[in-house]
Amino acid sequence: MSDTIILTGTNKTGDTRRKNFTLEKLVFARRYASPILLVSLWQLACSSGLLSTRLLASPAQIAVTGWTLVRDGTLPYNLGVSLLRAASGLGIAISVGVVLALISGLSRLGEDIVDAPLQILRTLPALALVPLFILWFGIGEAPKILLVALGATFPIYLNLHKGIRTIDPKLLEMTSTLGFSRWQTIRDVFLPGALPDFLTGLRYAVGVSWLMLVVAEQVNAESGIGHMMMDAEDFLRTDIILVGLLVYGVLGLLSDQIVRFLESTLLAWRPDRRKGQTV
Amino acid sequence: MTGRRAEVESGTAVIVEQLTRRFNGGPPVLDALDLAIAPGEFVALLGHSGSGKSTLLRTLAGLDPVTEGAVTRPRDVSVVFQEHRLLPWKRVWKNVVLGQEDKGIRQRAEAVLEEVGLSHRKSAWPLTLSGGEAQRAALARALVREPAFLMLDEPFAALDALTRLKMQQLVADLWKKHRCAVLLVTHDVDEALLLADRAVVLERGQIRVDVPIPLPRPRRHSDPEFERLRTLLLDALGVHTS
Ligand SMILES: Nc1ncnc2c1ncn2[C@@H]1O[C@H](COP(=O)(O)OP(=O)(O)O)[C@@H](O)[C@H]1O
Ligand SMILES: [Mg+2]
Repeated sequence: MSDTIILTGTNKTGDTRRKNFTLEKLVFARRYASPILLVSLWQLACSSGLLSTRLLASPAQIAVTGWTLVRDGTLPYNLGVSLLRAASGLGIAISVGVVLALISGLSRLGEDIVDAPLQILRTLPALALVPLFILWFGIGEAPKILLVALGATFPIYLNLHKGIRTIDPKLLEMTSTLGFSRWQTIRDVFLPGALPDFLTGLRYAVGVSWLMLVVAEQVNAESGIGHMMMDAEDFLRTDIILVGLLVYGVLGLLSDQIVRFLESTLLAWRPDRRKGQTV
Repeated sequence: MTGRRAEVESGTAVIVEQLTRRFNGGPPVLDALDLAIAPGEFVALLGHSGSGKSTLLRTLAGLDPVTEGAVTRPRDVSVVFQEHRLLPWKRVWKNVVLGQEDKGIRQRAEAVLEEVGLSHRKSAWPLTLSGGEAQRAALARALVREPAFLMLDEPFAALDALTRLKMQQLVADLWKKHRCAVLLVTHDVDEALLLADRAVVLERGQIRVDVPIPLPRPRRHSDPEFERLRTLLLDALGVHTS
């Protein structure tokens, strides 16, 4: 036994790099081995009749159904509708959230006026407002988009507000010795300094958007992924329901990746760029 | 910069008269304090922790209000704090010319970074700098404005001893070139003796000791006069050497 630790390293060049490449592929394969195994087991259980397809369609069936739905245009159409709703709602949420956070983050008066009502509203579960929204806005696009907007505004507002309020006062002191105007301070200190928190808020907002959309589309809608799934329920089509779930999953994953990409490009100045956690 | 020397030396002096400062109606931290710094003069401000050195400097910088007394100072001043206070989201050279928006900024940033020996890091992100490098950048940011009066609040206190020596040398060189008035807050008597024309000691709200340092530059610790002044200042600070 020795209490000496020797750490060595080699430069990756030529052969070693190739070797590492195959090693990376191996790691990749290992990461996906267990999901693949699970799906295989699932397929096996369905094929052998162990699992009733009335409860759960088989992976093969889901693939076939998915393809059919793509071919006859059902999926692309409903996906387009859902995407548009989510994007509109999120767009409204970002605009409103950012404006409110700037008002309450940059002025004491603004904080007194804006923050208290928002903190109270925030404690309401947004989904509980569904009946009220339908009553107010009918069954068109408005209640769905607004529900998404409502849910997604809070994470944007809360995080950006916190980001602005926690700017290091020493930096503000420094810019004041440089004779910065209010506008210069906002542009060079507050906005870039609060950007990490804004992006964290955005990540939550995106997650909330999908959640709100799922509920809004399942409660009342003539189109959209949620509607497609509810329709399928009436005909016991678990395969279509599962296709819908899969689509939601992929959408969630993709949007999360987009925000992560934004984080890694916009926050390049952080040496230990926090590898984003999932929402 | 050479043409500036005469202009600066004939410029405004820093004059503090009867400055009193209290926090929340408590006892005065600065108590009818008087201090004058001539144009181009290098003054070291010594004092125990909590004696009000930073308060005086912040008042001079315009960060704290003048409530009692009067302060006269040149318009163009710069401050370097103990922490570098660089904006993490701007590259080093952009931090140096922060707030300046004309065409020549890039060139000016490069010139001043060269002066402080940081050219090779001009495009780095601040959070990747070492403590000494970050403080050099802060110094560059202060100098690029060609201040008539430069304030340094324990700028090297957080650096390791070796880096501190290098930075002191750098400040000596820069001052020789720029000849702005300097107020260096420090609790390091040697630092004061290496750099300043005059050392003042702040105690109970006033300048109690005011010692000229007529040593030739560059200064050496081994100089017997250096030794005498050090004992004198340490005595004034209440630290008795045997
Ligand atoms: N913003 C403030 N509010 C209340 N007291 C303060 C504030 N700033 C400084 N003080 C007090 O003033 C005294 C001098 O502080 P400071 O000027 O920072 O001392 P130094 O820089 O000499 O160590 C200390 O007793 C400190 O507690
Ligand atoms: Mg201090």
